[in-house]
Amino acid sequence: MRTEYRHLGKATPRKDARAIVTGEAEFIDDVKLPRMLYGKVLRSPYPHANIKNIDTSKAEKLPGVKAVLTYKTVPQWKWGEPRHEPVLDSKVRFVGDAVALVAAETGEMAEEALELIEVEYEQLPAVYDVEEAIKPGAPQLYTQFPGNVIPPDPPKSVPKLLQRVVMGDVEKGFEEADFIAEGSCAYENFANPLPPEPPGVIATWEGPEQLTIFTASQSAAMNRNFAQPAMGLPDIRVIGTQCGGSYGSKNANLRPVTFAAALAKATGRPVHIYYTKEEHFNAYSLRLGSRIHIKAGIKKDGTVTAVSGEWLVNAGSYTESGKYQIAVGLGETQILLRCPNWNLQTKLVCTNRSPSGIIRGFGGQELESAWVPILSIAMEKAALDPVEFFKKNYVKAGDGYYWRDGNWWVYRGVDYSKAMQKGAEAFGWKDKWKGWLKPTAINGTKRIGVGVGVHGNADVGEDESEAWVKLSPDGRAIVHACVSESGLGQRSSLCKMAAEVLNLPLDRVNIAPPDTHVNPYEFGLVGSRGTYTVGSAVIQAAEDAKRKLFELAAPVLSAKPEDLETKDGKIHVKGKEEEAIPWRRAMGVMRTCTGQGRFETDFSLANFMMTFTEVEVDVETGKTELLRVVAATDCGQIIDPLVLEGQLHGSLGSAGIDTALFEETVLDKNTGHVLNGNMMDYKWRTFVDLPEFQNVILETPIPSHRFKAIGVGEIATAPGPSAVLMAVSNAIGKRIMDYPVTPDRILKALGKI
Amino acid sequence: MRKRNRDEVGKGEGTSQGRATTGKTAEKNISLTVNGKLHELMVAKDVNPWHTLAYTLRETLGYTGTKIACDHGSCGACTVLMDGEAVLSCMTLTVECDGKNITTIEGLENAKTRELHPLQQAFVDNTAFQCGFCTPGIIMSAKALLDKNPSPTEEEIKQELAGHYCRCISHYEVIKGVMTAAGKGR
Repeated sequence: MRTEYRHLGKATPRKDARAIVTGEAEFIDDVKLPRMLYGKVLRSPYPHANIKNIDTSKAEKLPGVKAVLTYKTVPQWKWGEPRHEPVLDSKVRFVGDAVALVAAETGEMAEEALELIEVEYEQLPAVYDVEEAIKPGAPQLYTQFPGNVIPPDPPKSVPKLLQRVVMGDVEKGFEEADFIAEGSCAYENFANPLPPEPPGVIATWEGPEQLTIFTASQSAAMNRNFAQPAMGLPDIRVIGTQCGGSYGSKNANLRPVTFAAALAKATGRPVHIYYTKEEHFNAYSLRLGSRIHIKAGIKKDGTVTAVSGEWLVNAGSYTESGKYQIAVGLGETQILLRCPNWNLQTKLVCTNRSPSGIIRGFGGQELESAWVPILSIAMEKAALDPVEFFKKNYVKAGDGYYWRDGNWWVYRGVDYSKAMQKGAEAFGWKDKWKGWLKPTAINGTKRIGVGVGVHGNADVGEDESEAWVKLSPDGRAIVHACVSESGLGQRSSLCKMAAEVLNLPLDRVNIAPPDTHVNPYEFGLVGSRGTYTVGSAVIQAAEDAKRKLFELAAPVLSAKPEDLETKDGKIHVKGKEEEAIPWRRAMGVMRTCTGQGRFETDFSLANFMMTFTEVEVDVETGKTELLRVVAATDCGQIIDPLVLEGQLHGSLGSAGIDTALFEETVLDKNTGHVLNGNMMDYKWRTFVDLPEFQNVILETPIPSHRFKAIGVGEIATAPGPSAVLMAVSNAIGKRIMDYPVTPDRILKALGKI
Repeated sequence: MRKRNRDEVGKGEGTSQGRATTGKTAEKNISLTVNGKLHELMVAKDVNPWHTLAYTLRETLGYTGTKIACDHGSCGACTVLMDGEAVLSCMTLTVECDGKNITTIEGLENAKTRELHPLQQAFVDNTAFQCGFCTPGIIMSAKALLDKNPSPTEEEIKQELAGHYCRCISHYEVIKGVMTAAGKGR
């Protein structure tokens, strides 16, 4: 059934491999523009305060300082959804919020200038908890968001946005249920995706209406798409540098972008802003907080009859995309769970925590990590094996869901039950699963437990992409798709797809740099969309280019275009390869053949990931160790096996599985300061802590595009946290409902402290 | 093209960083050999007392292959070899490096043939990276290990690399890469 391809499915070195291993790859902090200034940000020591007075005169006099900006002097740009975040404000809303900006000849001069800015604050009471924030009398962050609730209206750019799931009759559904589970759970440890490279940007104005941005973004083009309307529609050229890790967090976060652009405007020179690791920890966006109060009804056979509840989402002090994350999370939970009766309401709430932004898992990981533990109670009551429950309830062809656009979509993809089964077999689930709250094995004080989680996303077909493929007479092709490289290998994968269509050796296909002014429209590499959406556009463009080439070649070969084939930069009539002519004979030397491709949104396919985890918990010390992970998926067709394996291994870090084990941003609620905002105190997995990790990857052809492939990278992290919570609960025989599973929480659950 | 040229040291703006340089005269030279090339750096002109080796390599000498992530000695990204030993260049002051022999990631490939070092080739062949930001530091530590111990066990590789932060989780492929390179007698 599986098609053998020339390039696809085979491990090939990444196009940028040599640059990476020699240190030549150009990251944002390696870029130096002539006359470039260095920007630094003065940050608030208070979680909530009005700026009563700000005096920048001493800082301005310091030699080398070229501009000092405050809320009074910055451009009046606003971003976020709804637009609520100015470049600087007269009010600060979290510890680390920006107060003033400085550009100077060197970074050291800019830092010294920050120390000379005098600020008088009027401190205000702060609120960090999502439910405290919506109580009457709570400190108010924004006059336009009374009660700290961000209204659920759709943005101006879209007609609808899913902000609740309401369908069927929940009362009737609960009556039909054999078991009802009800409870609350939260996934609000605000773990940091923490790419090794801090966020960075360089901005330079080529003219009053012409801004160029160099960015370490995973989706360079998205910066143009989002920054243009926020900044009064100047022409914005965005050039992506090699991205030193993102995991969603470096898409179009406009905070550093607007800082650099404002300083560049004020000075008429390029301005470089590169966060320190401390700023990265304390002043950049984190994952949304997620808390749920929910009730679920199920039948003995695992049929879910009703879901009703409220999802409280902590947006922190500013939100880049909270509403969209709610929309996608609500869609994803319907992919996980077939149920005819829903009443799931949501609230997006501001607090004085770090801003929230795009993070891998995008709403779904947040919702699921809080919701599956309650669903587990229902499964326990019905004595159901969770793997069987997920097999029964995961979306199947013909099922539907309300997706983020508020529309009902009917799923037309493959049945992932086979991948679940293969994963379970590889893990040895049948032997290890002993029932709810039962350990797999006991060794003295150590208890082994297993757990499983599942996730799927229909954003694999989100938004639009365009691509050109340009053939040159020398028998080479250039792909024009505005795609950055943040570790996903997507730039190389797109070359492989084009090379496959054009039957060219891989070294004859290259991709243009991620630059909005040399490429057509691109949304960005998010939601595992690269393989299906950008892939479709590139395939279409390559096919279009080939068609044009054959039209030129047909008269030369005295044949019809449909009778022609191409291989290695030559064209021949089918069956007559020995009479092949080089492309240049058909094209002439002063021509290119450019094909165009375009993909339009399609939410009728979803990807799939199931994560099996095995943990060992020491009931004496409370320490949990992750022993083994099996990640099971079906991607239709592997583009590059090593790249895919790496993406799935990535489920441990970047705010994934480890958010259930030890990762969290610890806040001092008396002062609003983060207590572990550095790489010593923030815990991360090292080479000596690796669990055994096995990927089970199926290739059932998926009706996406010519190569039947679908992306899965983004969702690799999402099923992990709830799987770990389940495994730990089973190991110790007590239900744990908090993330992460610190020794304190384990010992507390066991009644030992 | 946009990168600072490594031969431009001491010629123009950007080489004397910071506040304390004005009015001071150069007192002492620091001789630093980087990838076989000798650099004479003048204290208070090219190097200030608070400059880290990582800063000097990147900002003053243009060896931008060395990466700075945490800048506090916690993540290993800035690892270079000093007289053959792996050191954290963000925790090393340049003024303490007089007479030292430094190898950075740029110094591993064959300067004449541009052939990759077997470790680099093994990382390419195993796709032993994702974003690649931590890769130069990891390769430098792996090189220090293989220079001392040409046939390490998997456990020895893990121990040697324990201080390296890789957020994409390329650990499994990195271990394979180092094992591959070790298998070739380094």
